[in-house]
Amino acid sequence: MLSIKNLKAAINGKTILKGISLEVRPGEIHAIMGPNGSGKSTLAAILAGRDFVSVTEGTVMFSGRNLLDMSPEERSREGIFLGFQYPIEIPGVSMVNFMKTAVNEHRKHRGQDPLSASDFLKLMREKKELVEIDSALANRSVNEGFSGGEKKKNEIFQMAMLEPRLAILDETDSGLDIDALRIVANGVNKLKKPDNSTIVITHYQRLLDYIVPDVVHVLYDGRIVRSSGKELALELEEKGYDWIKKEVENQE
Amino acid sequence: MNGKSEVTEYYSGLFTGNIEKITGGSSEVINSFRSKAFERFSELGIPGKKDEAYKYTNLDLFFKHDYKTYFIPGEEDFRKAEDFRCDVADLDTHGIVLMNGFYPTINGKLRDLPGGVVIGSLNAASYKFPSLVEKHYGKYAASETDGLIHLNTAMACDGVFIHVPRGSVLRKPVQVVNLVDSQEDTFSQHRNLIIVEEGAEFTLIICDHTLAPSRFLTNAVTEVFVGKNARFNIIRVQNEHNNACKVTHTFIHQEADSYASSNNITLHGGMVRNSTCHYLGGERAECNSYGLFLSDKWQHTDNYVYVNHAFPNCTSNQLFKGVLDEMATGAFNGRIFVARDAQGTMAYQKNNNILLTDDAKMDSRPQLEIYADDVKCSHGATVGQLDENALFYMQSRGIGKREARLLLMFAFAHEVIQNIKVDALRERLDGLVMQRLKGELSRCASCMVKCG
Repeated sequence: MLSIKNLKAAINGKTILKGISLEVRPGEIHAIMGPNGSGKSTLAAILAGRDFVSVTEGTVMFSGRNLLDMSPEERSREGIFLGFQYPIEIPGVSMVNFMKTAVNEHRKHRGQDPLSASDFLKLMREKKELVEIDSALANRSVNEGFSGGEKKKNEIFQMAMLEPRLAILDETDSGLDIDALRIVANGVNKLKKPDNSTIVITHYQRLLDYIVPDVVHVLYDGRIVRSSGKELALELEEKGYDWIKKEVENQE
Repeated sequence: MNGKSEVTEYYSGLFTGNIEKITGGSSEVINSFRSKAFERFSELGIPGKKDEAYKYTNLDLFFKHDYKTYFIPGEEDFRKAEDFRCDVADLDTHGIVLMNGFYPTINGKLRDLPGGVVIGSLNAASYKFPSLVEKHYGKYAASETDGLIHLNTAMACDGVFIHVPRGSVLRKPVQVVNLVDSQEDTFSQHRNLIIVEEGAEFTLIICDHTLAPSRFLTNAVTEVFVGKNARFNIIRVQNEHNNACKVTHTFIHQEADSYASSNNITLHGGMVRNSTCHYLGGERAECNSYGLFLSDKWQHTDNYVYVNHAFPNCTSNQLFKGVLDEMATGAFNGRIFVARDAQGTMAYQKNNNILLTDDAKMDSRPQLEIYADDVKCSHGATVGQLDENALFYMQSRGIGKREARLLLMFAFAHEVIQNIKVDALRERLDGLVMQRLKGELSRCASCMVKCG
């Protein structure tokens, strides 16, 4: 589904990613962990199509297509979803209008007619229940005045509405209390299907108590320095990142 | 001879050369103001770049031109006015059409509406209700600096008169459609007088349209009296072609415990300058002043707002926004004056602008003059681009860049539009704004001018 080969990237001339390779197959959940500044968010930004990152080498293929050639909206319509670390507030644009436009752009891309107003509202209601998002949030402007937890829940709600094939959740757990974390994680689990995939980017292990990954990668200094099963996350939780840093430094 | 006096000379000549036509059809009340006003105009002249309030607006572009001006219209001038129909669906109003600043002669010049309300021609009203007109006419449109107001007082012959007597509540708004139409380049000046007495409630909609591609220049003055406890709303929708210049001066005088709102929506026009002066002339009066313009090409839009807190415990709120595309330019001057005794004043001002290109230009100038000490005052001005992060966020949900920009601009504009309480008009304006933002010409179906 997603195939990253030897990806190198820079921001303002400074090399951040130094050769990343990653294969995500349909149905898999991958966790990418790593200390601050290791390049996790840069990787997410490249996958979403932010233009402040320049890819200097390597390829990213998504379902056989060159992802790097696609605009951010095309990526979304093709089935990629990025859960933002810091969701953006858009005053004056209602959640309903925002989601209706997004859903109908996806439908258009698939050659379907736009949803009728009543079908759309019905869909919204279903998905709201699924991810346990407060009904009133949907009537407000996008993320405006939402608490940190509400914003993250709103990301999962949007994910539910758009039903992506590959969801990339960038530090979705940061700033969440334990209840919000559980709601977010439950949402992700409920949306899991046998053929869709998830990449969870996180600093802490605790989210992985709820979302159980198939593979855990450790990103450090722009490289994936270790990939292993879910037990790696527990090891990191116990020992921190220092032992990995030391290992890497010893190799060099 | 410098440029300013040359152009001033031209308009002085219009007055002196047509003095008999101007005074011949007018009542004593209105004529009694003319010579003094002309004197003031001669001293002040047509405002130029040196006038603070016109610093960013070069009136010469339109005023330095030879226009046809007339003071007594013929019947044929009104045929189009009689035929004009506003095409806003479900907008239920009492309609008035002015043609080149005159009230049509074909039907009655004054109409009686429910509740003792009278609407019609100012000229006719000044004959029929001389004492009422005398009590209010020329009392609120005062300026020590703006020659154009005095030029209007010196020369205006007609316009709209509305009297809403004490305690009368008119449910339906009155809609004034200002049409300018001529095969020749035309200069027109009209004068409106709106009297909303104690405890009365009234909403006025003014729509500005051009019907022919000639060059048009309008210098209009509107005086409004809002009595104690009265409520008044004025909504102005401007939709003129690129070869038209509209200068409007609106003076709203409020008594104690009254409420007034003003909303200027400029959808299209070559050069537009709206000045709105709110005088809070009694305790606990409240006013909201809103404005929105959408401009492109070489259009220029200037909003001047002056809120005078003359009495204690009054509240004012200004919200003005602009979206400027291509080479469009704009200006905002927002002045808040708080008198020494006006304790407990709350005065707020916000001016936000979006520049869609590097060539568009906006000058925003808040001016606060506060002499009282117990005052809550705030102002904020921004000139910027669309929020790139918001655009990206929408794109990342599959919304195309063009659509995302439209959503953002529409949301920006809607913050002003949403304050219009006449549902049918608000919905129509939302639609027109969307069309305008999409680059489709947002003229009403009745407009024949293709000024793209």
